Amino acid sequence: MATIAANPPHAYADDAHSGVWSWLATVDHKRIGTLYLFTALFFFMVGGLEAEIIRAQLQGPNGKLVSAEVYNQLFTMHGTTMIFLAIMPLSAAFFNFLIPLQIGARDVAFPRLNAFSYWVYLLGGIFINVSWLIHAAPDGGWFGYAPLTTRPFSPGMNIDFWVLGLQILGVSSLAAGFNFITTIINMRAPGMNLMRMPMFTWAAFVTQFLIVLAFPVITIALVFLMFDRFFGTQFYEVAAGADPLLWQHLFWVFGHPEVYILILPAFGLVSEVVPTYSKKPIFGYPVMVFSLILIAFLGFGVWAHHMFAVGMGPVADTVFGVTTMLIAIPTGVKIFNWLATMHGGSLRFTTAMLFAIGLVAFFTIGGLSGVMHASPPADLQQTDTYFIVAHFHYVLFGGSMMGIFAGIYHYFPKFSGRLLSEGLGKAHFWLMAIGMNLTFFPMHFSGLLGMPRRIYRYDAGQGWDGFNLASSIGAYILGVGMIIFVWNVIKSWRSGQVAGNDPWGAPTLEWMIPSPPPEYNFARIPVVTSRYPLWDMKQPQLTAEVPHTAHGDRAVQVDIAGKDAGTPHPKTAGSGTRPAESGPHIETESFTARQLGIPMPDPTIKPLITALGMCIMLCAPLFMHHAQMMEAAGNAAAQKSAMTMFWVIALGGAALMVASLYNWLLTPLESHHPHATE
Amino acid sequence: MTSVPIGAASVTDAHDPHATSTGLDNKKIAIWAFIGSECMLFASLISTYLIYKGRSKVGPFPHEVWTDPMTGQKMKAILNIPVTSASTFVLLMSSLAMVLALAAVQHKNVPKRTTGERILGSSQLWLMMTALLGITFLGFQAYEFTSFVHEGLTIRTNLFGSSFFTLTGFHGAHVTAGVIWLLTLFAIDRKRGLGPRDEVNVDIAALYWHFVDVVWIAIFTLVYLIQ
Repeated sequence: MATIAANPPHAYADDAHSGVWSWLATVDHKRIGTLYLFTALFFFMVGGLEAEIIRAQLQGPNGKLVSAEVYNQLFTMHGTTMIFLAIMPLSAAFFNFLIPLQIGARDVAFPRLNAFSYWVYLLGGIFINVSWLIHAAPDGGWFGYAPLTTRPFSPGMNIDFWVLGLQILGVSSLAAGFNFITTIINMRAPGMNLMRMPMFTWAAFVTQFLIVLAFPVITIALVFLMFDRFFGTQFYEVAAGADPLLWQHLFWVFGHPEVYILILPAFGLVSEVVPTYSKKPIFGYPVMVFSLILIAFLGFGVWAHHMFAVGMGPVADTVFGVTTMLIAIPTGVKIFNWLATMHGGSLRFTTAMLFAIGLVAFFTIGGLSGVMHASPPADLQQTDTYFIVAHFHYVLFGGSMMGIFAGIYHYFPKFSGRLLSEGLGKAHFWLMAIGMNLTFFPMHFSGLLGMPRRIYRYDAGQGWDGFNLASSIGAYILGVGMIIFVWNVIKSWRSGQVAGNDPWGAPTLEWMIPSPPPEYNFARIPVVTSRYPLWDMKQPQLTAEVPHTAHGDRAVQVDIAGKDAGTPHPKTAGSGTRPAESGPHIETESFTARQLGIPMPDPTIKPLITALGMCIMLCAPLFMHHAQMMEAAGNAAAQKSAMTMFWVIALGGAALMVASLYNWLLTPLESHHPHATE
Repeated sequence: MTSVPIGAASVTDAHDPHATSTGLDNKKIAIWAFIGSECMLFASLISTYLIYKGRSKVGPFPHEVWTDPMTGQKMKAILNIPVTSASTFVLLMSSLAMVLALAAVQHKNVPKRTTGERILGSSQLWLMMTALLGITFLGFQAYEFTSFVHEGLTIRTNLFGSSFFTLTGFHGAHVTAGVIWLLTLFAIDRKRGLGPRDEVNVDIAALYWHFVDVVWIAIFTLVYLIQ
């Protein structure tokens, strides 16, 4: 391999595209995706460290490593970090990087809004974690059940950080959701009709609808909690007649779709990986699409299965039990379709493929235990025990994270231009697979033996000791696996094998352009005539049995260089020709956007400033709480100065946000348009 | 430039609104997605109000008289339906003005012959009219809130106060944002004139404004009219 040391083309090397400033001001979806990837991996390590401390504490009976208070903060921040700061942003890294490449676009619909989403996410993640520094990390569980989290029961600043941090992160997810929905609906290359979109883009599309419809509900639940805590409203005040289930309903109306927000992108990644390494088109593409939609639709009608134990009555329990079991059908369809895709294929067991198979196997175990506690009588035995912990770690670690790792190994060359080491990758996979099962499988047993969740220590002799020791050993193995992964990423980013356009022989558009792609992605926007444009070109025998319909081609009114590019695919049309100028093609030569006359959005710092202003503004309530504390303590001077701080920070942040936002919106995306000057 | 392999003119420009898959501007798709999301936001607020209706332990109440058992003080039903009907009418009229503003921007280049055509074709007039009607609605709301506080209902008094002020306050904040948006458009119109090329920017403001108006119709019906 003589090329190992050589630099891949355009690895952000030229002057205008390097340096810290270029990253702060970037609006390039690929760079924003890269930022998301590394930030989210960092937070994944933070959340992982919290989990390691939890497992060290529970390794044997009567653990003495941490106090009950710290333990509460650890499990709360572990859940919050993994869900909002690790898995969702890891998915967002792929949304950013892949959606425009997969649909044949030059960027997302709103590049600056995209940068704003990232900066809000980063600042929100920092905001929540700053609480560790003042020993007041959130401690009410990732679900933050009110009234437990209202001021009388959680007087400290812990929950304030959680409430405000989650509001900040919600803004990031919502802004990204509107952006990606618009991108996928409106920015597809000619001929890329909906039923030709790659499976990952479909999964991303469905996920965005879940985000924009589910996040407003938790926003309101958090607003109520915030008002209760800061302004003395009574939304969760049971003595005033409030319904103690209000929070639970609002939270889980968000929380259950959130589960699918976490898993569907991983499903999408696996749906890209499995066909590539099986050298077979995905089995039952339309069914895969409709099962995604059905999962998302049903996902809004099952929230109360998280609440069987509160006593909603037989009718509600039955309805939610049945709808929950129904979701197993479209999910099972996906599992069987992946198996059918592999069946009879020429399989290559690369690291990405191993992780994808890991998802199929381990998610299924989590899915099966999910069907078990869909039954209310069974759930009443299992709820609040380690059996539930085992279940959702099988779907989130065995499912989401396995799928995301499959995506990372598969797409790392597109991000960086270089391959991850397969040797280290396989060590990483086997340590993850063994460590994960050793950690979480014994929890089924400790749970069924009655070990409750969220206890910071337990007495010996209840039959849990061995299972807990096994879980802790498994967690340490996972830690070793992650160290190997980090080493692999660092080493391969610098000196991995150069990948070239298409190292895996994959079928979709993102592999026809160089790795990493030039800033404009496609020198010529491709015209798409099938689901697998690259296989049509390079390995037509692989797609012989895939329907190549002309459906939708007329509707997009494709007309490039005077030719109607919406010509039906040669296999159905029988003409054997593709429009020579505009069909799928391999792009190898690289030019700058200016040379090609492609207008690119100007780099700008304004999204970062706007995000900063918003986050500063949302820090202000922390000072209001301080003022209330001082007032209760009878310290009028300290109360007055804290309220002054509150107003300075609130108004200062708001002014910064509004000024920057106006500046942003009144500045055009591109300072010059080459077409206009010609 | 001769080494460049591809004629730029044949390239579909990703930022050209006429090149989108649907033919619609990106902003139009995004505002609809945003409105869909906002529906869930207000659905959560309105549901909470309805769930908590009748659960307050102390008055004042929206539609019933309440006598404080401790002091014997009598508190009347607090919602003032005639005044709110007037403010609802004002907000509905603002949607009409918004429609006229959008039409005026779209037909900016059509020659105006009569005084009536000139009035109907003045985008500045109708943008300012929409904003003023919005501000009038906000004035009604400020009057309503202060009079409630004087009658003893604050956001901390009871469940009705908490859910009522939060719901209508959120709506008022949306109207305020809309007014600022409209005044910004008005300022741009004053500065350089809005024409057909700005249509989509006015159109998305109009969609937002109509949405906020529709939400108020739901609130007025569910909170004020249904007892």
